[in-house]
Amino acid sequence: MLRYAALKTGRALFVVWAAFTLTFVLLFVLPANPEDLLFDPAELNTIPPEVREQVAANYGFDEPVLVQYFERLGRALAGDFGNSVQSGKPVTEAVLGVLPNTLLLSAGALALAALIAYGIALTATSTRRPWLRNLVESLPSAAVSVPVFLSGILLLQVFAFKLGWFPAFGSDGPASLVLPLVTLAVPVSGPIAQLLVRRFTAELESGYVTTSRAKGATREQIVTGDVFRNASLPALTITGITFGNLIAGSVITETVFAREGVGRLTQTAINTLDVPLVQGIVVLVAASFAFINLAVDLVYPLLDPRLRATLALEAR
Amino acid sequence: MTVLTAPRATRDLLRQPVLVAAWVVVALAIGWALLPQLFTSFSPYTGDPTASFAPPSADHWFGTDRLGRDLYARCVYGARTTLTATLLAVVVAFGIGTVIGLVAGYFGRLWDNAIMRVVDVFLAIPSLLLAMVVVSVLGYSANNIALAVGISSIASFARVMRSEVLAVVGQDYVKAAYGAGAGRLAVLARHVVPNSLSSVIALAALEVGTAVLAVASLGFLGYGSPPPEPEWGLLVAEGRDYVAVHPWISILPGTALALVVIAAHRISTSLRKDPRR
Repeated sequence: MLRYAALKTGRALFVVWAAFTLTFVLLFVLPANPEDLLFDPAELNTIPPEVREQVAANYGFDEPVLVQYFERLGRALAGDFGNSVQSGKPVTEAVLGVLPNTLLLSAGALALAALIAYGIALTATSTRRPWLRNLVESLPSAAVSVPVFLSGILLLQVFAFKLGWFPAFGSDGPASLVLPLVTLAVPVSGPIAQLLVRRFTAELESGYVTTSRAKGATREQIVTGDVFRNASLPALTITGITFGNLIAGSVITETVFAREGVGRLTQTAINTLDVPLVQGIVVLVAASFAFINLAVDLVYPLLDPRLRATLALEAR
Repeated sequence: MTVLTAPRATRDLLRQPVLVAAWVVVALAIGWALLPQLFTSFSPYTGDPTASFAPPSADHWFGTDRLGRDLYARCVYGARTTLTATLLAVVVAFGIGTVIGLVAGYFGRLWDNAIMRVVDVFLAIPSLLLAMVVVSVLGYSANNIALAVGISSIASFARVMRSEVLAVVGQDYVKAAYGAGAGRLAVLARHVVPNSLSSVIALAALEVGTAVLAVASLGFLGYGSPPPEPEWGLLVAEGRDYVAVHPWISILPGTALALVVIAAHRISTSLRKDPRR
């Protein structure tokens, strides 16, 4: 178990380091003149060479690549990704400033997505009407197929402009959170629902369900008592997909609803080629991904005795 | 045998009206991309400024935009931009991912470890974010979007190909081929590659829908071809400012896009359920 934990932790740390290196290569090494990225492309030709050299020196671009790399890596380890080119604020500060907004949005969307997914799975496996089952089972793939920007705009059109129930833009008050939350929850719920429908079906067909039925338990008792837990655990295996959907979805959702957040910050950072900010965000996202996956890897054996047994066998 | 299966396949298909509809939608979209002139007589670039913001009508099926351009024509021509980019993206991801996965799975330990750790890193960065970074380095254009989307999904192809190769390498017929004296490369070409490709092809089919979405999302965020060019994501973005008063400008192109993605997903699931797999 300890070896397993050490291996997984090592891999997570490697992923974070490699994400840093990858973004360094992409953003600082590959562009022929990285300082060019710091200027507006339209004004690039009008900037005198002295100014460019000055800027390059400020950002350390005139030093050998390896020196730059280790300097940046060293500072990144201390949590310092340099200053944002556009705002001049430290990258860490800029990201942490908007992080709570995105966390609130993602956490809410995740909870709603889980509710939708359970709703779909329970309806699909408990209904006796084939047409309803087919309809409900086709929902998850529709949920991942509808572009986030379209569902966002549709919700905006109907609930903000036509009905006026919720504000269309901004990030103040709980009412402004409702539409973005629903928008983001839809694509996130798709894969979870698909997995839950599959697991619920498989669990309901398994031997212990038949035994419990034979011993007189009602279907509801079995579903709430056993099937629910057994079918839910594997949802942890698609944490990665869920996380990716949340990040990608929040970039678009925050853009559509003009909300402050990491997603929108990413979009502006990319638009203005704010290299240090982009690197900071990518490393932060990769680190969160690695951390969440590590947590799942470490917690999963505790929750699933079968896996614990396999691990114990392997360790011997 | 083939004479018998052909009508049966048709009959199976007809029993699934949704699948038929999905094929029709995809075929229509491909038709739009290949021969846009056949589907509309309007130009996607020039419009009648006096007829701006016309609602959908018999003349203009999807209405017109701010410059009076026919939105249906822009959707039809936009199919070429979006679908070409999608195709390129899937080809890049499939081509590179398959080779990487093959090397990792077939040449074993050191290669496998090195490659899979790199794949881990690419999987740790959500593909839209990775694609955004790549496109910011390459510069904004439809081709670069395609490349970025392709690069960002190489890792998932590599992973699937690797696990398939590992499964195939352990099969008896592979050992038998070695026993019969075939060389490593001959076994690779004759047995391992053909037998591991099916899952990867199923993934490629699924990836088509995902890639359309990714391409359109990047287009929506404004990383694609500059505005006069019609592109599905960009069409939705262009209509966004008028959504309160002229909702169709965003919603109709967006719905066309959504229908194509849903159809592509439906077809890819039907391919996966194929018993011959």
